[in-house]
Amino acid sequence: MSIPTLLFIAFVIFMLLELAPGDPMSQMPLTIPPEVKEKMRLALGLGEPWWVRFPLWLRQFFIVEPQYWIDAIFGTNFADGAQRIISFQSRSPVFDTIAQRLPQTLWVVGMSYIVGVLIALPIGIISAYKQYSVFDQTGTFVSMIGFSVPPFFSGVLLIVIFSVQLKWLPSIYDTTHVVTSWDSFVFQLRQMIMPVMVLALQTTAQVSRYMRASMLDNLSQDYVRTARAKGLSESTVVMKHVLRNSMIPVVTVIALGIPSIFGGAIITEQIFKVNGLGQLLIIALQGNDIPMVMTITFLLAVLIVVMNLIADILYGVLDPRIRYD
Amino acid sequence: MTDNTLEMNEKPRSQWLDVWDQFRTHKGAVLGLGFLIFITLFCTVGPLIWDVDAAKLNIRNKNIRPIYMALFDSGAKVSWSNPMGSDNLGRDIMANIMQGGRISLAVGWTAMILALLIGTTVGVLSGYFKRLDGLLMRFTDLVLALPLLPLLLVMMLLFRDPLRSTFGPEQGIFILIVTGIGITSWMQTARIVRGDVMALKEREFVLAARSIGTPARRMITRHLLPNVMSPIMVSATLGLATAIITESALSFLGLGFPSDFPTWGKILFDSVDRMTSFPERVIWPGLAISLTVLSVNYIGDGLRDALDPRIRGL
Repeated sequence: MSIPTLLFIAFVIFMLLELAPGDPMSQMPLTIPPEVKEKMRLALGLGEPWWVRFPLWLRQFFIVEPQYWIDAIFGTNFADGAQRIISFQSRSPVFDTIAQRLPQTLWVVGMSYIVGVLIALPIGIISAYKQYSVFDQTGTFVSMIGFSVPPFFSGVLLIVIFSVQLKWLPSIYDTTHVVTSWDSFVFQLRQMIMPVMVLALQTTAQVSRYMRASMLDNLSQDYVRTARAKGLSESTVVMKHVLRNSMIPVVTVIALGIPSIFGGAIITEQIFKVNGLGQLLIIALQGNDIPMVMTITFLLAVLIVVMNLIADILYGVLDPRIRYD
Repeated sequence: MTDNTLEMNEKPRSQWLDVWDQFRTHKGAVLGLGFLIFITLFCTVGPLIWDVDAAKLNIRNKNIRPIYMALFDSGAKVSWSNPMGSDNLGRDIMANIMQGGRISLAVGWTAMILALLIGTTVGVLSGYFKRLDGLLMRFTDLVLALPLLPLLLVMMLLFRDPLRSTFGPEQGIFILIVTGIGITSWMQTARIVRGDVMALKEREFVLAARSIGTPARRMITRHLLPNVMSPIMVSATLGLATAIITESALSFLGLGFPSDFPTWGKILFDSVDRMTSFPERVIWPGLAISLTVLSVNYIGDGLRDALDPRIRGL
């Protein structure tokens, strides 16, 4: 099921780029004579029709690129100098550029997701346990704000408050910074606070809502009354019995949310000037760099499909009542 | 006996009157509705009262601070002719925000309606006709697996110039953004509507209608659609909120409307470079976006409660 989906997605992205009237040569100066332009098109690999180039791209993505990775790790020679996916802009392999940019994005996105989930879980649990209390009302309001305030405003607002007015935190994320000492570690921490918090706010809003709803579902179940009736302490009932059962749907929501946070990173990276994948995508888009755009978009699609699969499997593992045939 | 007389005296109540009564008890939803009406009036009627041309350049009056800055800093350059200040080219910010709000709200509403139309059609068709169900739902799942924001960006970039030359700079981009958002946000509605239609199909009134020979077309328009109105309305509010945010995000990434054409996201994007000295220029449009979306979300919350008959009347 996943593989046809991926093939379909690859085809959709490819055809969108193919059918679009935009031309990678449109940015070139008009003084270039037409026959030279035609040669440049051929050099970019645009001479062949789409039914030749699409399987070629698939081959490069799924066979040639992994071969190069294996070669790089084990020193073998599977790839044998086969053509890799080449960026129009930098004329270097697309995956090399992505490998350079990935760590920055993973740091910011990964940290923010972990922070967001860690904040969201206790909020969800307490909100459900003390339903309609002041804490619950505040939690609802804050998550409503998290849903409503777009990252490009919350990010800019944080910069205005903490960088411009209070001058506490740097507004630009310096990716060349290397942690070598305590001071540089503190600097790294300070520059990460804002991007991480902006992304974490969105995660927190979503996950805490799901956690609360799931806890509420379980708190009214019969087994909770039984557990209380046999004299278990309240903390055992809530933290062991209810929490474990409530985590089942929440874990899948957490898995499903990972791709969307990468989407959010596109905007956040633009605000804090992190040179990660999102910024790479924007630059590639503006430069009509079709192989780069195609590869990054497709990688995101792979991430979505893989996370869906993981969520399905996790659900089956965590909840023995559900089995897939 | 008393019960009977009470019932006799009560006026006949329609379903929507009940919904409205329940809706009114949700404080956040009422506030949200109030704010949405206010901001809509501000953007539609506002320019009639505050009739300053949003695009008019006035270099002499550039970089005026908002009027409230005079309270903190007596030396600030303020002027009653530009109560929210003016930008680096002397354009009035209040007029720009009104103009931008018109576009942002128009994009939001149209894209939401388009998404609802597609979503409801797909949902009803796949819920009602068994033959189409597998195919349409498989398609919905495929679209859900697409990375939507990058694809939207790609669409914006690639189709911008041709549409601009066919329909003119503003119309072309408007059509592009509305279609783009519309065709990437209908999937949730389709799923919800499909589920509800499938449940309704098993009910007795549908069986009764079918037994008197109601054709499929009238079955859908008379019996099914009115009964799935409530989930559609709730997803309409969610759709409006996401459409406004997506449009602003596109503008913010520089792939939305052209630069001399204000929308809230565009004003925000243009002001980011100067936010160190003029923070108000990012705060006003940002607040407008956030508060509008917040109020729409609250309306959705209230609607969901009001339309749920299990809660209503308690």
